[in-house]
Amino acid sequence: MRVVIDYDLCESNAICMQIAPDVFEVRDDDFLYVLNETPGEDRRASLDEAVQRCPKQAIRVED
Amino acid sequence: MSDEMPVRDSVTIVGASLAGLRAAETLRRDGFPGRITLIGDEPHAPYDRPPLSKQLLAGDWEVDRISLSPTERMSGLDLDMRLGQRATALDVSAHTIDIEGVAEGYDCLLIATGARCRTLPGTEGLAGVHTLRTLDDSIAIRDALRSGPRRVVVVGAGFIGAEVAATAVGYGAPVTMVEALPVPMGRVLGDTVGDVVAGVHVDNGVDLRCGVGVDEVCGAGRVESVRLSDGTVVEADLVVVGIGVIPNTDWLDGSGLTVDDGVLCDETCLAAPDVTAAGDVARWPNPRYGEVMRVEHWDNAVEQGAHAARRLTLSDEEAEPFSPVPWFWSDQYDRKVQLAGRPRPDDEVSVVDGSFEERRFAAIYGRDGRLTAVFGMNRPRQVMQYKGLLERGASWSEALEFAEDQI
Ligand SMILES: Cc1cc2nc3c(=O)[nH]c(=O)nc-3n(C[C@H](O)[C@H](O)[C@H](O)COP(=O)(O)OP(=O)(O)OC[C@H]3O[C@@H](n4cnc5c(N)ncnc54)[C@H](O)[C@@H]3O)c2cc1C
Ligand code: SF4
Repeated sequence: MRVVIDYDLCESNAICMQIAPDVFEVRDDDFLYVLNETPGEDRRASLDEAVQRCPKQAIRVED
Repeated sequence: MSDEMPVRDSVTIVGASLAGLRAAETLRRDGFPGRITLIGDEPHAPYDRPPLSKQLLAGDWEVDRISLSPTERMSGLDLDMRLGQRATALDVSAHTIDIEGVAEGYDCLLIATGARCRTLPGTEGLAGVHTLRTLDDSIAIRDALRSGPRRVVVVGAGFIGAEVAATAVGYGAPVTMVEALPVPMGRVLGDTVGDVVAGVHVDNGVDLRCGVGVDEVCGAGRVESVRLSDGTVVEADLVVVGIGVIPNTDWLDGSGLTVDDGVLCDETCLAAPDVTAAGDVARWPNPRYGEVMRVEHWDNAVEQGAHAARRLTLSDEEAEPFSPVPWFWSDQYDRKVQLAGRPRPDDEVSVVDGSFEERRFAAIYGRDGRLTAVFGMNRPRQVMQYKGLLERGASWSEALEFAEDQI
């Protein structure tokens, strides 16, 4: 599983960080950092939720 | 199909927007094998509303960027989409729904008909007066703003009004914003934080008039001015009214459902056997707050849409209450504003990061020893951290300790 962010869309509101803090982090510079671009299959439910709840539709999960 | 999912042949969803679409996606993701029908009265394919007052209104985005249903997302969902069709009646005891006046049966029903704008009495048919809820509304206001420098009056300094004012300023238009409350959003944020929000508008050149109402919108056929309750008259070419919404429940008269400022549900989002509701139209007792609420935020439509969809596939014993911490964001000028929780205007407020002067801060709200809310201006990371504390039911002192640790 690969996490892809469209940084043109992302507005760093950190929803994804709250859902999967092991994968996403918005730092004090207000930018989103992906901590783990290839999370394990056990993280799929959380990542699906992050995709759903990102208000900017900026997250894609590729298999 | 998993064992715990009782066999239901089909789900009918009314309202083809955020809550309805996310409900459909959830059902499919969970493996629901039956037919899913999505009925919506707008002619457009589902689209996202927040950009209507922001990027789309500003002309930064074109319509194709606000789709909620891009092909890659819809493929595989196998939805029976019936766009441009209105549900006109419901009978929950007979399990029938009328679409454009024609009755048909349903197995399970999810109501996600959202809300529409309140209007100012006496402005019907007056050109140049708008509300903002739909794509067509946004395009009409955008076209008016594009057609040259216009004197804009925004009625209501809630989040939609504030965003419209900010976007209109971006067009170089002179903007007057009229708010009946003494402090914009004072009833939600309290006066201290509300004043900071007001300050951002004033800094950006908005003529903000608080504590006054609108007595009359004047003009012959087309708006010319707005007369305020303090007697002043503000000239206007374009008026945008943002004074709240009314849930779309008219079609539910005589349905057997309880309708009271929204479709009244139980804690699990169930409104009647085999009927749930979600999003702006739903009212339910949130056990986290012991309060019956209706939430008009994007994230709530997503989460409640998913919850209400799953509820339809669960027995009463399996069903769980829906108990979110409400959360929303708003973009105004170069400020990103976010609020999580349920503050009250007289809650204690403590700035835990940044400062009001910088217009970049996070402030927490507390009452009776509990953390009740967090408000942030250009502080998304902090808002989400405190939202986590809110979800855990943190005490006020825990939140203050957490703040200490961050320094
Ligand atoms: C301009 C604007 C900006 C916003 N910005 C933000 C923001 O920045 N942050 C935030 O958190 N929230 C924001 N929101 C709020 C957010 O968009 C809403 O909470 C969300 O759209 C609610 O989704 P919903 O599906 O419940 O209802 P809606 O989006 O209202 O959709 C309901 C749908 O049902 C249809 N319908 C109604 N009656 C019938 C019927 N009888 N038969 C068939 N179809 C029917 C309607 O036409 C509509 O398409 C904004 C809203 C607007 C209007
Ligand atoms: S939720 Fe979406 S917009 Fe927000 S930080 Fe994550 S990717 Fe960016």
